Amino acid sequence: MSADHVAPKSLYYAVFAALIVGTLLTYAAARVDMGALNNVVMLTIALTKALLVILFFMHVRWGTRLTWLVVASGFFWLLILFSITMTDFLTRGWIAGSLR
Amino acid sequence: MPDGNAEHFPGPIHQPPLVANVDAIQPHEHAEHAHHPRLQHHFDDMAQQAEASTLGMWVFLITEIMFFGGLFMAYLLYRSNSPEGFQEASHHLNVTWGAVNTIVLIVSSLTMALAVRAAQTDQPGRTQAAWIALTMLFGTAFLGVKAIEYTDKFTHHLVPGPHFRWEGHHPAAAEMFYSLYFCMTGLHALHMIIGLGIMTWLLVTALKDRYDSDYYTPVEVAGLYWHFVDIVWIFLFPLLYLIGAHAA
Repeated sequence: MSADHVAPKSLYYAVFAALIVGTLLTYAAARVDMGALNNVVMLTIALTKALLVILFFMHVRWGTRLTWLVVASGFFWLLILFSITMTDFLTRGWIAGSLR
Repeated sequence: MPDGNAEHFPGPIHQPPLVANVDAIQPHEHAEHAHHPRLQHHFDDMAQQAEASTLGMWVFLITEIMFFGGLFMAYLLYRSNSPEGFQEASHHLNVTWGAVNTIVLIVSSLTMALAVRAAQTDQPGRTQAAWIALTMLFGTAFLGVKAIEYTDKFTHHLVPGPHFRWEGHHPAAAEMFYSLYFCMTGLHALHMIIGLGIMTWLLVTALKDRYDSDYYTPVEVAGLYWHFVDIVWIFLFPLLYLIGAHAA
């Protein structure tokens, strides 16, 4: 069974500690004005935290390849949603004057 | 025998009824060892059954990703439309409550992971139930904080609608921000409430010693759901609470 691997308690506590550190870090970083970099930092920390939860708490680390594929495809579709919508939205002004 | 299904089934009279315990009529082709009572007849073995359930849950979670994804898309669009307005609006959220709730949810994810582990390692039902109860406790604490925050928004006229009042420079963007705030955190809170319902059922069944290392799929799958809801909050917290933290 894919999740039959029993992870040691110490691993769960380590992941938990990393998640708490990430939360404090993102809180501290948000108080510093870094311009657009604020978003990059906050999303990098959030993605790292999500990855830790998915890999260890949700056991994907020990999952089958099929599980990996399904999980990755979910986020890939989300990326398609964001990127295609934004390529439309952000470029609308570009062609406003050229279509006459 | 008017109530015996076997009467209507063409075959020998000793044919067992079709609706009875499926395990009883399964030809034991793989019967090196006895079938687990929880094994459904359409699976070869417990490992295949558990893998199918886990995979099915992940497919469901992907529909959930797209469900929340639509709201994140709306957030991205309206925020790029008025970045300053969103920053100004976010500044009025209570960052401390948001951070406390983030930590509360992370703790509940840890206790959930330990509940699954307790079942995996054949610990008694009441030990599993204790971890599940702790998870529920932190989940409830999260909702309690959310209730305090929502009340505060209502008293300060920050709920979009005819009574929405905004003193800043970007009232329209602020109202949009708070619309998204209530949609996103509201949908998230609804998932927490459903999660607490699932946990209640899990608690009761765990107390009946239903789960052990051979069969703990419901604990595992409920855990996947709980962790997913935690992940949504991991993104909601910075995107809603923190984008205005460095302003004034």
